[in-house]
This record gives sequence, structure tokens and C-alpha cells, in this order.
Amino acid sequence: MNTDTIAAIATAMSPSGIGIIRISGEEAFSVIDKIYRAKNGKKVLSDQGSHTVHYGFLYDGDEIIDEVMVLIMRAPNTYTREDTIEIDCHGGVLVMKRILETVLKNGARPAEPGEFTKRAFLNGRIDLSQAESVIDIIQSKNDFALKSSIDQLRGALKEKIKNIRAKIIHELAFIESALDDPEHISIDGYDKRLKDEIEDILDEIEKLIVSSENGCILKEGISTVIVGKPNAGKSSLLNVLVGQERAIVTDIAGTTRDILEEQINLNGITLNIVDTAGIRDTDDVVEKIGVDKAKACVDKADLIIYVVDSSTNLDINDMNIIEMLEQRNVIILLNKSDLPKRTTEKEIRNYFSNKIISVSAKDRTGIEELEETVKEMFFQGELKFNDEVFITNIRHKNALLCAKNSLEMVMQSILDKMPEDFYSIDLMSAYEELGGIIGESVDDDLVHEIFSKFCIGK
Amino acid sequence: MSVIEEKYDVCVVGAGHAGCEAALACARLGLDTIIFTVSVDSIAMMPCNPNIGGSSKGHLVREIDALGGEMGKNIDKTFIQSKMLNKSKGPAVHSLRAQADKVAYSMEMRKTLQSTDHLTIRQAEVSEIMTDRQMVIGVKTFSGAKYFAKAVILCTGTYLGARCLYGEVINYTGPNGLQPANYLTDSLRDNNVEIFRFKTGTPARIDKRSIDFTKMQEQLGDEKIVPFSFTTNPDDVQIEQASCWLTYTNEKTHEIIRENLDRSPIYAGIIEGTGPRYCPSIEDKVVKFSDKDRHQVFIEPEGIHTNEMYIGGMSSSLPEDVQYKMYRSVPGLENAEIVRNAYAIEYDCINPNQLLPTLEFKNLKGLFSAGQFNGSSGYEEAAAQGIIAGINASMSILGKSQLVLDRSEAYIGVLIDDLVTKENHEPYRMMTSRAEYRLLLRQDNADLRLTKYGYQVGLISRERYEWILKKEKLIQDEILRVNSVTVGANKDVQEVLESFGSVPLNTGTTLAELIRRPELSYENLGKIDPDRPKLPAEVCEQVGIHIKYDGYIKRQIKQVEHFKKLEEKKIPENFDYDEVDSLRIEARQKLKQYRPISIGQASRISGVSPADISMLLVYMEQQKRKGKVEGKNHGV
Repeated sequence: MNTDTIAAIATAMSPSGIGIIRISGEEAFSVIDKIYRAKNGKKVLSDQGSHTVHYGFLYDGDEIIDEVMVLIMRAPNTYTREDTIEIDCHGGVLVMKRILETVLKNGARPAEPGEFTKRAFLNGRIDLSQAESVIDIIQSKNDFALKSSIDQLRGALKEKIKNIRAKIIHELAFIESALDDPEHISIDGYDKRLKDEIEDILDEIEKLIVSSENGCILKEGISTVIVGKPNAGKSSLLNVLVGQERAIVTDIAGTTRDILEEQINLNGITLNIVDTAGIRDTDDVVEKIGVDKAKACVDKADLIIYVVDSSTNLDINDMNIIEMLEQRNVIILLNKSDLPKRTTEKEIRNYFSNKIISVSAKDRTGIEELEETVKEMFFQGELKFNDEVFITNIRHKNALLCAKNSLEMVMQSILDKMPEDFYSIDLMSAYEELGGIIGESVDDDLVHEIFSKFCIGK
Repeated sequence: MSVIEEKYDVCVVGAGHAGCEAALACARLGLDTIIFTVSVDSIAMMPCNPNIGGSSKGHLVREIDALGGEMGKNIDKTFIQSKMLNKSKGPAVHSLRAQADKVAYSMEMRKTLQSTDHLTIRQAEVSEIMTDRQMVIGVKTFSGAKYFAKAVILCTGTYLGARCLYGEVINYTGPNGLQPANYLTDSLRDNNVEIFRFKTGTPARIDKRSIDFTKMQEQLGDEKIVPFSFTTNPDDVQIEQASCWLTYTNEKTHEIIRENLDRSPIYAGIIEGTGPRYCPSIEDKVVKFSDKDRHQVFIEPEGIHTNEMYIGGMSSSLPEDVQYKMYRSVPGLENAEIVRNAYAIEYDCINPNQLLPTLEFKNLKGLFSAGQFNGSSGYEEAAAQGIIAGINASMSILGKSQLVLDRSEAYIGVLIDDLVTKENHEPYRMMTSRAEYRLLLRQDNADLRLTKYGYQVGLISRERYEWILKKEKLIQDEILRVNSVTVGANKDVQEVLESFGSVPLNTGTTLAELIRRPELSYENLGKIDPDRPKLPAEVCEQVGIHIKYDGYIKRQIKQVEHFKKLEEKKIPENFDYDEVDSLRIEARQKLKQYRPISIGQASRISGVSPADISMLLVYMEQQKRKGKVEGKNHGV
């Protein structure tokens, strides 16, 4: 029943050998024809037979993005029973992202979570016995997507988008008030003011698009938490990691945190490291809040680095931590190897089967082994990027681009001297697109703005 | 003592703008119809503003007309001034508004009702609806008379439990001092109908002889008058028009109001009903927009045979003495004599989400409702619902399929969908911004959009319908032709372009491309289009709009195609939302409450997310296939 064309990355967002981008829907062929060129430059994929594979290059405009194999499948003999294209590309995260963005630019929209499966079912491809699992897929993916798109959005970005939306809705309300009550509110000469306003808004959106290209909308990477009792040496360890590895320290304004967050790059693998308050049993309310937050971080993390102070004995605080880390991806660091040992690897082994590394943050020993361990875990698939974050970022960027496009159309309407009511159409589209990013729909916003800001009526 | 007992097909309760359209539709479709009113002299009364139409409301009138309704014809016969609003804007927001001679309007509608077969007018207060197992079987009047019917249409306007207020004065009456309906609310509550209390207001009427018009700006009607009804011959409406007048409030007015706010029943907390934000009283305007040092006041005649002038923009519920001071502070009104006070009116209405988009109650079969009773405001909104309720009551009695217009087809569709699908906390008024596909829902093409439906239900003649088919063909052919005509860069062409201040051509182009230039139009390029066929003006208008706004129109048509897919996916009437485990609790509650008829409607309910819609779709598909499997088994 949905015939618009959707696209998504079908493989995991990992540096594996091959990545697949899937496109499904009526316009799948028109999309691929715009961006694929065969080596000899002549072949047009929409002229080729179904279920055939083609070698060639993918272009964003005139620029080659990647060398690809394209599998074309015509409806109805496909997973979704719609025309389907699969682009096999080189597996880097950046390449896959770039290709998906290009596909979206050329007529597809990002697939909803679970949408390929949903279409497959609704179009009769998946049989009834699997319906429950279809529901589960949609549900779990949606839960996650919602969480990652709203929760993880940084306060500052959310505020920026809210501000831009507020400006757009105000202009819309002014136009609509004047149309609704032309004898009270005059709109003559308004086009110049609107043009200036939209130029400003376009600038702001442009900046957001640039920052989204730098991966700053949602943090992409492996979410990592450093835990340990107070004075175990967590912060100094972090400083070592950050200092040695030419860390990119992202400082995003507008977020208040009592937990320090750093982004570092280990051999090409991005870790988002959260340094938590030391965990100890405490009655102090202020400290307790910090501890609760640390526990929450641990629950969400993909990787936990547990720093043990080997110069002291394991105590009640360590026991609390150990309990928390059960069945998680943990690397244990026996810190302060430069000092006399009170806690040994053997003791820790009673609790963990995970990798244990002796380090000294002070002497910077053992750090290389830590890096190697992380790398190994990643390539063996024990550690994964959070795919949804990537996808959410692509979605957000796509929404920003669509909003920009809509506002450019308003500018065009002004240039073409269209009547003012035509501006509303694209202003509203921009407002909707931006709302999608922060999870806000349109509802009665416009009517509300009209009545609260403009005095109209008999 | 024996009581009166009569049988009809349809009972219509109330003879305002909704009731008249509803009753006329039913009677014209051959059903025996009785219309009740507390006063026969108040049929199609206009208790507030003396005009019909205006932004988006004019669209509604055109749509009512295309469906075979009466409002457009009636105002064409009784208007005293007419104006097309927003003429300098795009065609989608052009809106016709006509000043009415109120008494003539009411009389004319009464004449139409009286001369319609199958229609009985009865002066009586309906006090009860009679039901039998979730089905309405008729109404009872205050005198005890029983009227049995297959359908009942409630159009009680502002009469239910009404009271009028200004200052400390409370009159327990309907509008204009008419008798209220005090018993029907209880009967509805007994039938588990949820009741809201809304309020609205009206300004004072002032004696024309006491107004100094030299201190005001005259507001004239259009030179060339366009009629509302597609059936009215434009030549017949070129009348001599009355004038309206414009003046302004000032700081002194505002001071008087501010000083006496505590005596306003709204600010004193006496009024409990929710008022409309779009039609604020002058007190509200002064309080909410305190930065404005003046507000517009429109002085509009109430008719030819009355001295009363309507003071538009200054509705109020302040006490009588303050009203005098306030009005007299306005230039031109220094010696104003009030004929009728301004007042606020409170009344009972329903939460319209109890209705299906057909305007039938979900839980009371055969009971329909329309107009202010449904929480809307405005004569046009009322009439629009009235004709739909009338059509659907008739269709259900005749065993034919119901008429539901969707948001992409008509303002009427937007109006009803908003009422039955969205949370509504104030009297609802139509606005062009509420129509997401407004470029397609123009007042100029209401006939092309809706005549077919009017014909299908039986309110439009075959002749009128065939003209629409022919008109469509003429438009299509001419659009094709204009798109293919090429215009060379010759001297004649350049001269014509120059005469309209348009840049000369470098090379040849199509006529369509030229029409898209802001300074040019289909009409003014006739000179360089020698093969142009002679076409009626209404066809030329459509061709011009289609060519000029081609890109925008095509984009909206594409959006509509997408919208339609969800609209066409119907949800079975007795769908059990409790069976869909994966729905979120909030969504499940909302869906159970609203019981939407389609996936499209479900997706517009606040609190229902796209993921919930996916769940519904998957579940419905699952059920459909199970049904098939079971069906097969039964077959074997």
C-alpha cells in the first residue's frame, strides 16, 4: 500500500568487507539510474533484466563515491514484492553512509524501523506464522529509534531546532492571519522581510548540516564507560588515553553533565568514553546522584572498562561494581602496577573470565595492550557500533536537507513573485521536517500561533 | 387524554442554518420530514454577524451549493453587498463574502422550506429523544407529543440550556431573547451522550440615525459581483449595494474597558463555557493584545428595512452602562443609541468525537447531528454539516452508501474530520490554513470537485451534472492545447509582452510558459493566441489557474495520492483493539474511544504514533489472511 521508495543500510555498521544498501519501491530504478554508471558508461540499469548483477561506479553528481556491484530485482519476486535494488559496496562506515545519503538525495526516503519487513508482510511475502515476529521487529526497532532520536539528541541541537521552528511557525501564522482576516492584517511588502528571515534560517540550517557531517548530531561510536571506586585512577587513565591518541575532544555547549564525556579514536575505532564518579556505597545525597548516574551509564554501555586499584584490597565498593558488571563486555585494568600489589590478577579471576590487563596510568604502561584488546574485540564482533545511531544521524541529516530544500523553494516562490499563500506550502513542509528530528509533530501549532500572536476575528 | 402521535421518516430538531439544509436534503430526497423550531419566525435567523461567507467560509458555501444545498442560492437572492476577499492573493484563498439582509434571508429560506414537498414545519420544543436499544426511534416535545422517525437530526444551535449574559445581568434565553431548550440535554445525558459547555458572543446593534458616518471610512462592495451559487446567473446579481463603514477604537475605549473588567462575567468568573479564540470579545482583545493602541471596528447594515447597524469587532459582555460608554468613545459613535445590547451566550453542545464522519452517533443508531450542537461556530460551518447529516440520514434510510468527503476533496471534509478526530476545546471555525490541500480545494472549483456527489445522492439534476462533465472536458482539452502552442519571438508577440511590462522573448516558447510569468495571464494573452477557441469564462478561469500554478498543483496532487492510500484502508466497524497486543496503552485507549473508520483517520488521532499504525496494519493483514484460511476450510 505504501508505494513511495525507501532505502536503508542492510548490513551492520562495522568495518567488515562488504556493505549493502537496499532500495525498495516504485522509484527504485529511477533512483539507481541517476547515480549508477557502468564502466563503459552506456548501460542503464532500468533496461536490464531482473535478478541480474552489474558492476560499475556510484556517483554523487560527478564525483565517484565507490566501486560497486548492483543487484537489480523487479517486483514481485523480491523480499518486499516491490522493485528492489541492492548496492554492494565496500564496507566502511563512511562509504555506506555516503551512499545512503546519495540514494536519499535522489528520490528515496529513509526506511522506517522494520519497514522492509513490514512491506514484505503487507505485500504477502512473509507468511502468517511469522506475523508475530514482524510485529516484534517493528516494535523493538521503533522503541530503539525513538530512544536514540530523542534521548540522545543533545540539548543544544534540540534548542536550535526548536528556535528555528518557532521562527518558521511565526512567519506562517502571520501569513495565515493576513489571509484569514485580510481587512485587519495587511501583508503588503512582506516578501522582503520574509526573504531576509529565511536567509537567516537557511544559514542556521546550513550550519547544522555541516555539523551533522562531522558526526556531531548523535555521537557515533562505541559507548564506553570507565568505572572503579574512588581514586582507582580512572581520570588519569582517561587523560592518558586522550593525550596519547590525539583524542578529539568534543565540547558540546548546552549540555550540563556531571559525568565527563570524551571521544577518542583507537586505531580507527571510535570510543565514546564516559568517566563516571567513583562508585562507593554512600549516604551522601549529592554523591549518590552521581553514583546512580554511573550505574545508568553502565546499563547502556557497549563496553565497560573497570579500573581496579591494585595497590589496595578489594572492598565493598569493588564488590558492588563486580555485581553490576555481570555478563557485560568488560575489560579489567589492574591500575597502579607501579606500586606494591595488594590485589592480584588471580583474585580478580574469581569474579571475571574477561581480559585483565596490568597498567600504570602514571608510567603509561599497558596502554598498548588495552588498545589491542579493544581492536580484537571489535573485529571479532564482540563489540559493535550502535547502528541505530548512524541511521538516526542519516535520518536527521536527510530531514535537515529536506527542510533546506523546502525553504529554498519558498525563496524561489518569492523570486517568482508568487502570491503569499504559496509561501505557506513549503514553509509548512520545512516545519514538519524539522519537527521530525526532535520528535514533534505539527498538530494544531499553526492555529495556536495564529490566535496567540495575531489579533484576528470579528 | 390522548397525546399526539405521528410518524415521519426524519425529524430535524432546529431550523437554523444546519437544520434548514438537513431538512431540505431529506425532503428533496423524498423522505417525509418534519422540522421543529421554537419559533417559526426565526427560521434561518442570523443572530450574530450580518454576512455569509468570508475566508474559507465562502468555500464552504460554494461546496454546499455543489452538493445541492440552499445557502448559496438564498444569499444570492438576499445580499446587499458583496466582495471577493484576497483577490490579490492566490486563487486558493480568494473568498467570497456577502452582506445579508437578515430579515430577507430568513424569509426567503422560510419560503423555500414552505414550498418543499414532504417537508412539515412545526413550532415546538423537543424535550426528549426516544430510543430503543441504542437506536433512536423518534422525539417527544414538551407538550408530550410523540413523533416517531427512522432518523433524528439534532441541530439545536445555541439553544440548549442557553443563557445570555452582560455585566451582572443573566437572561435564561436563547439568542435574541428567544425561548431556550431546557430539557433535551438531560435526555441526551440519559443516553450517555457527553456534553460540553461553550460560549460565544455578539456586539451591540446601534441605530443608524445616531451614527456620524463622516468620521468613518466607507467600505464599498465589488464593482463586478460574483454570485455564490453555481446556478445563479451573474447578470442577475449586479445590484445597487449598501455600504459598510470602518472606524477604530482608541486608548480611551481601552481605558473604559480596563476599568470595568471586573464587571465582565467572563473576568468575574461567572461564565463557565469555553469561548472561541478567533472571535474574541473587545475585552479579550484589549487584555491579550495590550500593545495595540487601536482595533478596527466595522459598521455593517443588518438589512434594508431596519435601522440597526452591527458593530463588528466589538462583541462584549460588559454591563449595559459600560457598553454605552465604550461604544460612544469610538469616532462616529459619540451619540450612539443602542437598539440591542451586546451579550455573551452560553450553551450546551456535544463532544463531537462521539460522531462518525457521517455525523451519525457511534452509539445511537439513527441519531445524527450538525452545527453548533457539534461544537462548531458560524452559519456556514453549520449549514455544511447540516447538508451532510441530511444526506447521510437519508442514505441510511434508503439503504444506500453514506457520503463521507475526505480532507483532499472538500473543506467540508476537513471540517468534519477535524471535529470528529481532533480534540476540540472551543467553538470550531473553518480557516484556510486548516486545509492541507487548499491549493486543490478552491472556491472556484467546488463544482468540479463535488457536483458528482450531489448527483449521486440525488440532490443535483442530471442536466447540471452533465454540464460539469462537459466543463471538465473543455478544461482538459484547452490545457493540452495551451501546453502545445508555441509562440515565436516575432514583432507582434514582443509588442504584446511589452504592453504588459514583460521581458521580450529571445527564442520561441510555449504559450503555457508565458502564462506562468507573474505579469501575464491566460486572459491577457488572447491576442497572440489566434487559434484560441471561444470558451465560457468559467472554463478560461480553470485553464488559467492550472497552467499558472501547474508545479504547485502537481505536487499537491502527489501528496493527495499518498494520503488517499491510508484513507482507503478501512477499519472494520467492530474492530477489537484489545486484540492487538503490541499497541501502546495510550494509543489503544484513544483508538477505542474514537473508533476511526480508516487507517488514515486513525493516524490523525493525537496519541497514535506511526509505529501504532504499523501495528494496526500488520494485525489487520494477519486477520485478513486468517479469515481467508478459515473461509477456505469452511468451504471444504
